[in-house]
Amino acid sequence: MIDYSVLLTNGLGQAVGTSAIFFALLAIGLNVHFGYTGLLNFGQIGFALVGGYGMGISVVNFGLPLWGGVGVGMGCGVVLALLLGIPTLRLRADYLAIVTIAASEILRLLTRSTSQTNFTGGTQGLTGYGTAFTETNPFDQRSYSLLGIGFQRGELWAICVGWTVVGLSVLLVWLLVRSPWGRVLRAIREDEDAARALGKNVFAYKMQALVLGGVFGSLGGIFFALSVQSLTPDFWSPPQTFFAYAALILGGAARVLGPVVGAMIFWFLLSVIDGFLRQATAGTDPLIAFIDSQDVGAIRFVLVGTFLGLLMVFRPQGIFGNKREVQLDVR
Amino acid sequence: MRPPGRVWSGEPGPLAPRVLRSLLAVLIACTGLLALAAPALAQPTPAPAPEGIEIDGTLRSGPTALEGVTVEVLGDSGQPVDETTSDAGGRWELTVPEAGTYTFRIDPASLPAGTQVQQGEVTRDIAADRLSAVIFRFGAEREGLDTSATGQVLRLLVDGVRFGLVIGITAVGLSLIFGTTGLTNFSHGELVTIGAVLAWTLNVTLGIQLIWATLIAIVLGAAIGAANELGIWRPLRRRRASLIAMLVVSIGLGIALRYLVLIFFGGRSESFADYNSQIARSYGPIALTDKDLATITISIVVMVGIALLLQRTRVGKAMRAVSDNRDLAAASGIDVDRIVLFVWTLGGGLATLGGVLFALSELSSTVQYEMGFRLLLLMFAGVILGGLGTAYGALVGCLIVGVLVQLSTLFIPLDLKYLGGLVVLIVILVFRPQGLLGSRGRIG
Repeated sequence: MIDYSVLLTNGLGQAVGTSAIFFALLAIGLNVHFGYTGLLNFGQIGFALVGGYGMGISVVNFGLPLWGGVGVGMGCGVVLALLLGIPTLRLRADYLAIVTIAASEILRLLTRSTSQTNFTGGTQGLTGYGTAFTETNPFDQRSYSLLGIGFQRGELWAICVGWTVVGLSVLLVWLLVRSPWGRVLRAIREDEDAARALGKNVFAYKMQALVLGGVFGSLGGIFFALSVQSLTPDFWSPPQTFFAYAALILGGAARVLGPVVGAMIFWFLLSVIDGFLRQATAGTDPLIAFIDSQDVGAIRFVLVGTFLGLLMVFRPQGIFGNKREVQLDVR
Repeated sequence: MRPPGRVWSGEPGPLAPRVLRSLLAVLIACTGLLALAAPALAQPTPAPAPEGIEIDGTLRSGPTALEGVTVEVLGDSGQPVDETTSDAGGRWELTVPEAGTYTFRIDPASLPAGTQVQQGEVTRDIAADRLSAVIFRFGAEREGLDTSATGQVLRLLVDGVRFGLVIGITAVGLSLIFGTTGLTNFSHGELVTIGAVLAWTLNVTLGIQLIWATLIAIVLGAAIGAANELGIWRPLRRRRASLIAMLVVSIGLGIALRYLVLIFFGGRSESFADYNSQIARSYGPIALTDKDLATITISIVVMVGIALLLQRTRVGKAMRAVSDNRDLAAASGIDVDRIVLFVWTLGGGLATLGGVLFALSELSSTVQYEMGFRLLLLMFAGVILGGLGTAYGALVGCLIVGVLVQLSTLFIPLDLKYLGGLVVLIVILVFRPQGLLGSRGRIG
């Protein structure tokens, strides 16, 4: 039998949990790239990776304090954006797509390479950078229960910090896109040549957008690294970027709150479907017999991939978006 | 660069449900084909022995089993742990007390006369819950491998050409699809994987010899390519979907297909039944196994075939015309949709062939669910280096990428060798974004 109340509480827990925060931050960055500027960054997970590892390595290997590590992590995001942007931003949009997806995969290979074990911990991963974060945890009970959803104290602390960061990021994006700067970004998205004809330095604006969105991605990586307290290379694989895209498009690209709402709904759905499949395939007399319970994790990717494609075709504006704002084309 | 409104002829008609249906149909078709691979999952993993972990292997030199060869295992700091001799079938079995890093060594003195071990020491991480097999490679006694710098460079050069040819075979389809439709197809790697998995299924599960299995798989792969075009991309073009939307769809499709393969095929590397271990033969300064030589020969023949197709045949000329200027081609009476369908069919077949050759030559005859995606990044590097949308550019670019990737192992660790591909990609975009053979106008 399927226990629906467990599915619901787990789903709600996921919707406000650390994964939703992580993908909300990635999607906020992608919103600046894709939603407002029309840049196709398919390597957002790479920005998160350099954020997380930048912080982890500088704290563990170079003994920086945690806030210094966070700064280094964000700095790494800026550097990566510059490296990827300089060769590609003058070209057609799909060149950036190819280069970013390749870069994110290369970064993953680099962090898991045995030759880098001294720095990144190789496939074993990196730990021990986040003690300063756990020590400042003001919650002193072992676990807390909110609306029937249980949270460990570490998780609750991470969630509080995470949603604060998300809130500040959203506020920043909201202020920026209302500014003249934000209007130039939209102009570039709609018609790059027109923006250029008005005397705007399109390349510089695109680069600024790429850097800003990349830093949001790095923040996401830093947050995730702090909340799980360990960095393992294979977590940062290319499909994660598309989870963030799915969240963004679901919520509505080019909307300030789109990525946040999208990430919450996305993780709620994912958790419910996941939990349903796990319950339905487990036990001696499973409801769904033809799927092995071990394959549920892979089914998640199949569903997200299919869902992303269908969403893009049938409702590119997502739930809250404006269809006119998301009809991009390769230029 | 092409306004979508003008490009796609045909009625704006067929609407949402039709695309949805055909998308599902393609997914289901792929699932059905992959379901054949399922028996592989049925093999139970043997439980680890209660005390110690057993490691076994079989010693073979070509077709002959090696009997009475001493195999020993050394611990972390070089202390001997266990020792055994192989039986009449060449089988040996050793037990180590716990998980850890061990070195397995063949005693060269115990080898039969005339046999030489190519790599007599293998260091492995042994885990308790994983099946561990240690493979030693043997060869007939011959002149020792040339270990001088020139010899090494020459060997890597040949490896690189072989690798580049394989990338090129898969990338021609990618480049032609881009040229004729403007689509950057991020699911092309999955065509490679599915092709190789189909060949593996025919070869291992159904017991068909690999050459025939590959030929059948190529036909199936071509059909899958055509099904992609008919089921997804043509309806999307009819709907006037933007190229960016199609690009995102191709990424979604790629992820969905990759993990479908994972579900039905499993996450482990699986070997083909044929051509598993071959002895390298000497050809002057270089040594090649027969399958390496076959890979190079087949690739070159196929490449020449593609070149003749593009230059001499009507359909090839039409393909180039559509790549060059779609509207003009359509206006001069070329059935653009038919040409695009042909390109997809060709691309699917070539991806399958490339997948099998990639597995044979680069992955030591194993098939793996992520192989296509790994190759995709190198395909993009090669295609962009040569010039997006040009068939010959793809060939040249991929050859260069293959050689660079292999040569880069002289300087960087083996597990980072794909890094070279990306560096090429970025450098070429900075200095010559249209690629070596591309035209300036295409890059926007």
